[in-house]
Amino acid sequence: MSESLNGKGLALVPKAEGKQTLKDFKSDQEVRWCPGCGDYAILAAVQSFMPELGIKRENTVFVSGIGCSSRFPYYMNTYGFHSIHGRAPAIATGLAASRPDLSVWVITGDGDALSIGGNHLIHALRRNVNLNILLFNNRIYGLTKGQYSPTSEVGKITKSTPMGSLDKPFNPISLAVGAEAGFVARTIDSDRKHLHSVLREAAAHRGTSLVEIYQNCNIFNDNAFEDLKDPEKRDVITLRLEHGQPIANATQAVRLAPTGGLEVVARDSISPEEILVHDVHNPDPSLAFALSRLDEPAFQHVPIGIFRSVDRPSYDHLMSEQLEMAVAQRGPGDLDELLQGGDTWKIN
Amino acid sequence: MTKQVQQLDRVIIRFAGDSGDGMQLTGDRFTAETASFGNDLSTLPNFPAEIRAPAGTLPGVSSFQLHFADHDILTPGDAPNVLVAMNPAALKANLSDLPRGADIIANADEFTKRNLQKVGYDVNPLEDESLAEWRLHSVPLTSLTVKALEEFDISKKDAERAKNMFALGLLSWLYGRPVEATIKFIETKFAKKPAIAKSNVAAFNAGYNYGETTEAFSVSYEIKPAPLSAGVYRNISGNQALALGLVAASVQSKLPLFLGSYPITPASDILHELSKHKRFGIRTFQAEDEIAGVGAALGAAFGGALGVTTTSGPGVALKAETVGLAVTTELPLIVVDVQRAGPSTGMPTKTEQTDLLMALFGRNGESPVPVIAPATPSDCFDAAVEAARIAIKYRTPVMLLSDGYLANGSEPWKVPSQAELPDISVPYTTEPNGDDGTTFLPFKRDAETLARPWAIPGTPGLEHRIGGIEKADGTGNISYDPSNHDLMVRLRQAKIDGIDVPDLEVDDPDGDARVLVLGWGSTYGPIAAAARRVRRGGGKVAQAHLRHLNPFPKNIGEVLKSYDKVLLPEINLGQLALLLRAKFLVDIISYNRVRGLPFKAEELAGVIQEVIDSE
Ligand code: SF4
Repeated sequence: MSESLNGKGLALVPKAEGKQTLKDFKSDQEVRWCPGCGDYAILAAVQSFMPELGIKRENTVFVSGIGCSSRFPYYMNTYGFHSIHGRAPAIATGLAASRPDLSVWVITGDGDALSIGGNHLIHALRRNVNLNILLFNNRIYGLTKGQYSPTSEVGKITKSTPMGSLDKPFNPISLAVGAEAGFVARTIDSDRKHLHSVLREAAAHRGTSLVEIYQNCNIFNDNAFEDLKDPEKRDVITLRLEHGQPIANATQAVRLAPTGGLEVVARDSISPEEILVHDVHNPDPSLAFALSRLDEPAFQHVPIGIFRSVDRPSYDHLMSEQLEMAVAQRGPGDLDELLQGGDTWKIN
Repeated sequence: MTKQVQQLDRVIIRFAGDSGDGMQLTGDRFTAETASFGNDLSTLPNFPAEIRAPAGTLPGVSSFQLHFADHDILTPGDAPNVLVAMNPAALKANLSDLPRGADIIANADEFTKRNLQKVGYDVNPLEDESLAEWRLHSVPLTSLTVKALEEFDISKKDAERAKNMFALGLLSWLYGRPVEATIKFIETKFAKKPAIAKSNVAAFNAGYNYGETTEAFSVSYEIKPAPLSAGVYRNISGNQALALGLVAASVQSKLPLFLGSYPITPASDILHELSKHKRFGIRTFQAEDEIAGVGAALGAAFGGALGVTTTSGPGVALKAETVGLAVTTELPLIVVDVQRAGPSTGMPTKTEQTDLLMALFGRNGESPVPVIAPATPSDCFDAAVEAARIAIKYRTPVMLLSDGYLANGSEPWKVPSQAELPDISVPYTTEPNGDDGTTFLPFKRDAETLARPWAIPGTPGLEHRIGGIEKADGTGNISYDPSNHDLMVRLRQAKIDGIDVPDLEVDDPDGDARVLVLGWGSTYGPIAAAARRVRRGGGKVAQAHLRHLNPFPKNIGEVLKSYDKVLLPEINLGQLALLLRAKFLVDIISYNRVRGLPFKAEELAGVIQEVIDSE
């Protein structure tokens, strides 16, 4: 039974009756991010994407933690829960595990998800609760006004690191693959079409989907992803991941390295057969992990798209199955029978 | 040989042995026999701190105390009349609690040179005269057991292991306990190992027969059943009762139960128990940490479940921020704190009442939370239902303060039928509540309870957002308006202050006591037993027990002020006393001991008498 839901992340969510539009998903609250913030583009992309899912708006929930991006739920005309720092995956886990009829989205940032909430993130991923986690990665703390984050590059000069940050950053994709995630993808705030395509697959995946979204914080870390947006450089450094397609752009190509990992070489230096063909459904996460490491050195070659999409039964579904099995085996619970169970005796 | 039967009105037995000797099981079985015989009883297990301390050492001693009587009793008893000591460590660790003249049944086989050395006995106390002031029964329990099992096809080790059943058989004879249920229990427990089942039954019977035939025991005892009110009874521990109370709360509220929990002593048994009841639609979630446990419970509550998290003090400290979120989002949530000795890790297997102020105030901001404390193991059932009632009716997190003593102690419980339980259901909000008939105001309050509507995802037209940021009255939109914040702080406080809690009842048989002894939580038994003693000795004392610690019963100030003196024993340094002094300007007399152990009735009787005498 669990298998039949594979690839059907929304199978248990009731369908909307009429046609929905972007307007249906806009709340009446004034959006209050800094002008020019990448969050605007992501919000607009999500609002315009939601009608496509065709599910009841009232069965959609956005849960967030704390940070600039975590204001997101207030702007969606769905159910929403703006919670506390780092805890959104835990709160969403309780909600999604007890309500399989909901489409639950977690909105988080690099500090929220990878620093204070790191534990909840990795456990949500390994459990595979039916959640879509959108991780807005701007590589900085915005709301607290510009300290370095767990994804900031080493040596980052910020208010809290005037001589440069010392700690090696997390690579969110590597972390997610290592944490047993079934669905891992990366996209970018400025590319709505790509964002939509990734969100579509994330929603369809039954289980936890992690989508890293490169997001520009124009106030504290402006142009962090400029190279990926620059029309000149963009196509040279981006490696689009598409299932069944060779991983390459006009100048670069990926192949198996003698070290056991992957390497990027000049496209014209190898034969087409040598180029690695992307398989998002490969149960072995090794290549997905190796792909995630191609970011180093920074912005030389950046894979964008779905790294991994592998189905396994979702936690909420397995949990429901146990409840059903318990009832099937011994019938529904009877309170009197339970209370009078064990060794009882009667006094007349 | 006909043996003499002596009548007793009550007995306190302590079974003590190495943690591998099965003393908890032995105690449990003797308790079950005693319960089915119809005595009133109360039990107190005492676990070693380590899971497997080295065999035969003092830290490895595990014990189980049982008090049973032909009348109603309130505590597991101050001092044992009988000590069953399975090895020298068990004797040494418990002898100081044993009054002169008490019986000692010692397993002579274990009093070897090596075992004696391990605990620092130079000479065998069973053989010198050092135990002359007690009635010593030195019985070779191990070798008698092995001998009785000679014919069985089991290893010597398995035969030796059955010595606790031999001891149980002997004690069952000594106190005229019914044996059928124990035999049935052994057969079920070892159903998959028939040889072990048979040999354990044989060991149990051999112990029983040994008592009957040997001259070492010339007297057996009879303790008549206690006159309990008619009904079906079972023996129940606090953790079990609490878990069943939560199941009942789920049924009676018509809400699916979601438990988010992280294993912690002494609360884990609630998680274990609830995990067994999936037939009731109960979802149990073992989280990655304490914070995720309460977070998931709160997320489930947002989705319409009865969200519960269970923990002990260190876990409550970690959950504080999420409880604050539940306070401000005004969602129902039950936080169970099975208190243990602190601070920090403290003494996880020992009891204390030191989390009261944390439960009340351990969060940032003005963050009022109702607090309920059960008085006895079986009261944990009712307290859980009451906590759920308040959480659901007022949409608020509720703290339920049990403790290690209640959690592991047990007593007979008159099982209620479902029909007797209150209906605590409150329907979800499904319609817009704005004046225009179409808008939904998630923070528009019920005029009477001040509770906000509980509209759950999946309800069309009521889509709304909640969160930790201050909300505008009514709409729930983000608001930094100063007077709105002041209003919301006061509204949240007024909602909790207005919770309907029953009046404080005072027990004063003659009605003319001038001294009141007040308690809360698990001190109920020892305080009530102490008050009885004082009254038997002619002293006049009134007794009252607080179950609701926030809000207090409406009449509490009046009660406190109507006595010349108010004595308040607490297993902390005076936390409730601090509150009562501040709130009611009453000069409370505190009595505090923080030893990780419950009070003894005799000790408290002395304290009460002193206060009366100082009048
Ligand atoms: S601080 Fe940065 S991330 Fe935050 S709203 Fe402003 S631009 Fe956006």
